[in-house]
Amino acid sequence: MNKLLLLGDEAIAQAAIDGGMSGVYAYPGTPSTEITEYIQRNKTAKEKNIHSEWSTNEKTAMESAIGMSYAGKRSMVCMKHVGLNVAADAFMNSAITGVNGGMLIVVADDPSMHSSQNEQDSRYFADFALIPILEPSNQQEAYDMIYGGFELSEKFNTPIMVRITTRLAHSRASITRKAQIDENKNSLPNDLKQFVLLPAIARKNYKTLIGNQVHFENSSEQSSYNQYFEGKDKSLGIIAAGISFNYLIENYEDSNVPYPVLKIGQYPLPSDSVRKIYEECDKILILEDGYPFIENKLTGVLGDKKIKGRLTGDLPRDGELNPNLAAVALGLEEPIIVTKPDVLQNRPPSLCPGCGHTDVFNALNEVMADYGPGKVFSDIGCYTLAALPPLNAINTCVDMGASITMAKGAADAGMKHVIAFIGDSTFTHSGMTGLLDCVYEKTAITIIISDNDTTGMTGGQASHAEHVLHQICKGLGVEEEHIRGFIPLRKNHDEALKILREEIEYEGVSVIIPHRECVRTLERKHKLKAKIKKMN
Amino acid sequence: MKADIILSGVGGQGILSIAATIGTAALQSNLYMKQSEVHGMSQRGGDVSSNMRVSDKPVASDLIPQGKADVILSVEPMECLRYISYLKPDGWLITNSKPFNNIANYPDLEEVYKEIRKVKNHIIIDADAIAKELKSVRSSNIVMLGAASPYIDMEYDSFKRALQTIFGAKGQEIVDKNIEALDKGREHTLNQQKK
Repeated sequence: MNKLLLLGDEAIAQAAIDGGMSGVYAYPGTPSTEITEYIQRNKTAKEKNIHSEWSTNEKTAMESAIGMSYAGKRSMVCMKHVGLNVAADAFMNSAITGVNGGMLIVVADDPSMHSSQNEQDSRYFADFALIPILEPSNQQEAYDMIYGGFELSEKFNTPIMVRITTRLAHSRASITRKAQIDENKNSLPNDLKQFVLLPAIARKNYKTLIGNQVHFENSSEQSSYNQYFEGKDKSLGIIAAGISFNYLIENYEDSNVPYPVLKIGQYPLPSDSVRKIYEECDKILILEDGYPFIENKLTGVLGDKKIKGRLTGDLPRDGELNPNLAAVALGLEEPIIVTKPDVLQNRPPSLCPGCGHTDVFNALNEVMADYGPGKVFSDIGCYTLAALPPLNAINTCVDMGASITMAKGAADAGMKHVIAFIGDSTFTHSGMTGLLDCVYEKTAITIIISDNDTTGMTGGQASHAEHVLHQICKGLGVEEEHIRGFIPLRKNHDEALKILREEIEYEGVSVIIPHRECVRTLERKHKLKAKIKKMN
Repeated sequence: MKADIILSGVGGQGILSIAATIGTAALQSNLYMKQSEVHGMSQRGGDVSSNMRVSDKPVASDLIPQGKADVILSVEPMECLRYISYLKPDGWLITNSKPFNNIANYPDLEEVYKEIRKVKNHIIIDADAIAKELKSVRSSNIVMLGAASPYIDMEYDSFKRALQTIFGAKGQEIVDKNIEALDKGREHTLNQQKK
């Protein structure tokens, strides 16, 4: 079947399979998770033995993708925007090494922070690294950009960022597939020193990268993803990037915009086209989902009265765009003030009924009542929801792994009885190094690794921590008698209280591992079992 | 034609199965469609919605503009109130009457219904009870789709074909149950129209 109904994420996955990719590397993160999950389920990917196992974190994922490229094959690495922070070291340097096999870096930004702690715009990262960006406006373009992106990467000897946002990642549309391309054969880089970033070699590679900028821009100028639509009414010109192009044309019958429009889908910005629209129009409106990246490039410190966008207040400075915001900026509508009926209440997400984390928090809350407020440092995962009522159990959530290291910093500052609360998958993602810091300094800290055998918040992916947490903690030097555990169930509440109290009183590193499988994961396993039974 | 539908409910209630049915029907009828959905954090018992757009012309925005939705289809009564501003003046609000109560401050249900009745075109239907009568509690969602179907500008039989495609692998019994649920929901609305 050549036509498929796919999420933006799934279109990317299908395109990678069709485009001759040999491996995807990723750590789950909303809104990027479904890319890798699709490849894991895909029959062709299985038959071709395309790598799709989860990585421990985004840095290990990025490095593995670089390695696969080194070996001559096409690779893809996927993450959410904040995942790129974790992978930043490898990412920045991959621009200096260049590629052998084509390499695509798919980053899913989350403007409006639907499921994230910030709304950073990854285009700045690609600009920082001096590599091209592809930014699709719809699912078909997402497919086409990935499919053709590997070749572009190989042609210019550079990794390429493909930047999407939540709305595209999680929106479904019909996709037309292209013919399957064979995978690359293994091959070594032409220059065996290409990937050796010793200063002398890095300086040379960096000069090459700088020299390539003009080629990248020429490619943007000729790219079919950067389209110039002529318009009769020159009182306004519109530059619309990625998905915001849809919000523009939504406002005009049959997409007939009366003004000149420059649609941006490939960066670096095509400066000739930008100059053309700037010169032929009286005013310029810039529509972009995320930060005012293009607007900043065009206006700089000095500003430009001709240019309107997020910085001038014509569009909101933060949050996701939508057709109504575009309509207001175009002068087609008055701003809509939405009044919600008083009777309507918020319905924040909450931990599932029967969740093991809840039992751990119930015990922890009872114990911490004796030690005072503000001592529970936590992390990224389902258990972050314990910051909300009714649990109100945690005091921090900053980035993956920060529970342990922030608690350590607070202990170093003289705070007593500090607690770090982290999940199993987040611990293996970025908690282990922090634990080693604690062991090295014999920090008085109690670390709770609430183990549910799952990467829960993103929908129940496998956790690398399964069956190995105890060994990891022991291996990192935590004393055996201070690695404790219990099964978080109401009937074990008293045992949990006792263990927590004993370890909080211990003035050294304690790790408590409450262990009970995620109720959702268990449910899925039961369903699968029932299905298999039925089939037999 | 165009059908811009906002689906609403609570994470875990399965509004995506309604979306999948409409989406499959659209695709099989060679119509254009885009359907935006919520994944991630909100799926843990929070409020969720989906924007379903079907048209005989290409669909531009993944999001339905405010004041342009033809239908709000809600599987939970309070949740539909979150999206009232999206409904066009002569649009239809179709909601399940059965609350999903997982918050401490859930409002008085009569107050919720009162607010729903302020919308000119509304239908409040006990889809759970109808599904129970059919001995198929899990097809409450499909009852809701049936109830909304008179206001969705798509061929009614296309939904039946879609159910056949989606549930076919699970056996004809399941397909028939769902088609029955669809019919019952539609019947409820058509009877209301007669009154």
